[in-house]
Amino acid sequence: MSEFIYYGDATLLKRPKWDDKNAEDKFYKYLYLRKNIAGIHKELWFHQQGDRSWLVVTRNTKNHEILKVELAAEVVKGLDK
Amino acid sequence: MSYNIFQIIKEGLRGNKGWQKTWRNPNIKKKYDVIIIGGGGHGLATAFYLAKEFNIKNIAVLEKNWIGGGNVGRNTTIIRSNYMLNENEAFYEFSLKLWESFEKQINYNAMVSQRGVLNIFHSDAQKDSFIRRGNSMIINGADAELYDVNKIKSIYPFLDYENARFPIKGGLFQKRGGTVRHDAVAWGYAHAADRLGVDIIQNCEVNNFKFKSGACVGVETTKGFIKANKVGCAVAGSTSLLLSKADMTLPIESHVLQAFVSESIKPIIPGVITFGAGHFYISQSDKGGLVFGGDIDGYNSYAQRGNLDMLEDVCESGLALMPSISKARLLRMWGGIMDMTMDGSPIIDKTHIRGLYINAGWCYGGFKATPASGWCFAHLIAKDYSHLLSENFKLNRFKNGYMIDEKGQGAQPNLH
Repeated sequence: MSEFIYYGDATLLKRPKWDDKNAEDKFYKYLYLRKNIAGIHKELWFHQQGDRSWLVVTRNTKNHEILKVELAAEVVKGLDK
Repeated sequence: MSYNIFQIIKEGLRGNKGWQKTWRNPNIKKKYDVIIIGGGGHGLATAFYLAKEFNIKNIAVLEKNWIGGGNVGRNTTIIRSNYMLNENEAFYEFSLKLWESFEKQINYNAMVSQRGVLNIFHSDAQKDSFIRRGNSMIINGADAELYDVNKIKSIYPFLDYENARFPIKGGLFQKRGGTVRHDAVAWGYAHAADRLGVDIIQNCEVNNFKFKSGACVGVETTKGFIKANKVGCAVAGSTSLLLSKADMTLPIESHVLQAFVSESIKPIIPGVITFGAGHFYISQSDKGGLVFGGDIDGYNSYAQRGNLDMLEDVCESGLALMPSISKARLLRMWGGIMDMTMDGSPIIDKTHIRGLYINAGWCYGGFKATPASGWCFAHLIAKDYSHLLSENFKLNRFKNGYMIDEKGQGAQPNLH
């Protein structure tokens, strides 16, 4: 059991709206397709065995180096602007 | 060169000076009928079956490093066909049948050893689900037996049967499952494909495709441009990177999976055992090392090395199953990059570009699938329509909602 749990690509924060044009296609891409970047990757982690915060971690997938950690709530506020 | 007993005697008398290289080191031609990108198990198998079963002769396999240096050399060497869903089980049973005649087909000793795979269960509910899976296996022509505790005790007396949390209640046994010497799979396919005239080009990385009026007409490599009528990609964890050159975004995440080998000890484990209460599988190599593994690390990675928390998790599972291995020392560990799909099942399909084909998404079950994957991919490339056994492994299943989700986990690649 790990302290932090991985929940995938941070693009999951940008959920399409149900009444968007081409919503079906947008949800297909949102749910299934991933850029799967080799290099700097933004991703979601959950601090399950800690303060249970959602985090956006910027990490290099080529060497596992963590470059930046932000609260997901703060990142989402930035997206809304 | 053909390998047989007379050759061994002859070479023995000549001081073993007449052995030739197992495969050639050919010059690259300007044009091939088919180029396979990726000289791993699946790529080499595809080239071999294209030449042998589908009568295509002008083939090249391009490998960025040396052949067999990727996942075919980074696994726990297990073969089995114990899936539940029909789409998977029929395919993997075909693969197991190909393993049974594998060495004769390729004229190479790959140490195919059908020593039996035992999946242990620890509760009545788990027993029910394993029986269901066993029935599904039998329906698809595979073999499956239900073992009770006494039967397991007679083979593996050293397991922790009275473990308070995970008592052993029995197991699902597949006698025809077992292990294969993994490196010899790559070398054997290379040997056999080379004898049929396939050019195996090592240290040749593909950087880009060349397209002309909607069709793929060749590849740009570190050794220059090579023309081709058809190009097949079998590059496992690098699939997303390679296919991004064709403007494709795939339902794949690349994850690291580790495997471990202990120091050599006397023979103790005759077959393959899997733990039912965690993710742990173990067998013993012919050299005596315990070969074992568990889950993927769980986060996107291209690093070909994992972290220690997964090692701890795997060892905890191992000790819960067989406490006696606590004294064995770990000798080696390594990581491979798995192309994890959104439903845990593979992709063997055409792309939107004519002449460009994809074989990917093997998650961490690719080794046992090698022969069937090569066969079905060769069929697709040669005939331009899917083999019956791989017709469900198409890219559009994610859009159409026809997922093949063996574990029922949904679109969360690190849980498959």
